[in-house]
Amino acid sequence: MAHPKEPNRLQLNDQGRLRHFLTLDGLDRATLTEILDTADSFIEVGARSIKKVPLLRGKTVVNLFFEASTRTRSTFELAAKRLSADVLNLNISTSATSKGESLSDTLQNLEAMASDMFVVRHSQSGAPHFIAESVTPNVSIINAGDGRHAHPTQAMLDMLTIRQHKGAFEGLTVAIVGDILHSRVARSQIRALNTLGVSEVRVIAPNTLLPVDIESLGVSVFSTMKEGLDAVDVIIMLRLQKERMEGALLPSEHEFYELYGLTTEKLEYAKPDSIVMHPGPINRGVEIESAVADGPQSVILNQVTNGIAVRMAVMSMAMSGQTAAISAATPE
Amino acid sequence: MTELLDVESLLGEICDDLSQHLVAKNISSPCVIGIRTGGVWLASYIQKNLGVSKSCGELDISFYRDDFTRIGLNPTVKPSSLPFETEGRDIVLVDDVVMSGRTIRAAMNELFDYGRPASITLVTLIDLDGRELPIQPDIVGRKLTLKENQQVKLKGPEKLVLEVTEK
Repeated sequence: MAHPKEPNRLQLNDQGRLRHFLTLDGLDRATLTEILDTADSFIEVGARSIKKVPLLRGKTVVNLFFEASTRTRSTFELAAKRLSADVLNLNISTSATSKGESLSDTLQNLEAMASDMFVVRHSQSGAPHFIAESVTPNVSIINAGDGRHAHPTQAMLDMLTIRQHKGAFEGLTVAIVGDILHSRVARSQIRALNTLGVSEVRVIAPNTLLPVDIESLGVSVFSTMKEGLDAVDVIIMLRLQKERMEGALLPSEHEFYELYGLTTEKLEYAKPDSIVMHPGPINRGVEIESAVADGPQSVILNQVTNGIAVRMAVMSMAMSGQTAAISAATPE
Repeated sequence: MTELLDVESLLGEICDDLSQHLVAKNISSPCVIGIRTGGVWLASYIQKNLGVSKSCGELDISFYRDDFTRIGLNPTVKPSSLPFETEGRDIVLVDDVVMSGRTIRAAMNELFDYGRPASITLVTLIDLDGRELPIQPDIVGRKLTLKENQQVKLKGPEKLVLEVTEK
């Protein structure tokens, strides 16, 4: 499946508002800031005794997960429920497709159930775009991670976490460490950080875990933690994606930890007030030492909380853009 | 054509009426809550003037509007902020203009998600014709009837000015 050259033709409506959320490519700083500002309001909702608003009451959201996920699926589910939507969780890998039904037949059946939004995770890059191309105008698609391509809600919850702790993006140096090659999270993060205007995005990884075109994404490449972490404000650790690795990309987990694992000693290269992030699930002793993951600079659990608010923001904005597009197309 | 109304003297009358209303209802320590944006400016004045409660609450009703499916989400939504418990409290809810009554309905729905208040007293600076719901303010600064091509807007927050303009 090819990546569309103009993602915005698909994900923005005629008024330039989100109606799907597929990728951060092509979205401007104002749109990303609007997502973060809207998410801030939803954080306040999450702090109330009744953590629910009626925005998507009567709407049906289908979590279409073609690939396993716990955190992302459950935070999308909670986000939809806190918006008062009805939620259907489908684990496609174990259901209809294994009985031979094609993807488009599955989708048509779900549309026939009057679904308003599909949250899609798929191991193939471009799958959410493909689905967005084929659905009726009454359905919005949210990308919950596709192949090695993008994981835009994860990147936006990371941006919200950075903004909460650092106030602004200007002047920040951010290091992304580890398995960049297999990471859709890293691609979306790099895009978001550059759009929001940080001073420098660094990637720190062995050559075997870097994509060949990495510099074209607007990053500086480092191969040692000592140089790469020097005076950074934010450290984003990535999970070592053993399940996606084919061939001998790494000598051993132990050697990776020695060179690239974030330990208390290596953390001292960064600024004293730097924050440590990780999209989860964390492999303790592989990418990160427990003392760091549970330490005072870690904001890993804030990221999870922020994930609900960011997903509420994106879902309500996409539903809003869908509604506006439909009413613009309907004569009075 | 722009017609200006004297907001300060209207607010003075409102505070007098509200004080009497609260005494009659036997309410001694109400929470004052304004609806963004104009209502918050007025609520802050009323709270200081009456000397009740330490701070003012702010409601942003964007997530509770009943026209979301028609006009979508307000892109400039801000978090609501209620710096006190509302459960069992007497609330003075303040907005600049009441017309259809839909904003007040949304605000009351939102308030109930924070807890069950003992009572809500509604204060508005301006009461316009055009009610679509059975909601009436308890305290009103001025009743107005606008021509079809007119609209009213409260400007602030430094100096509160009420403008009636032709569309």
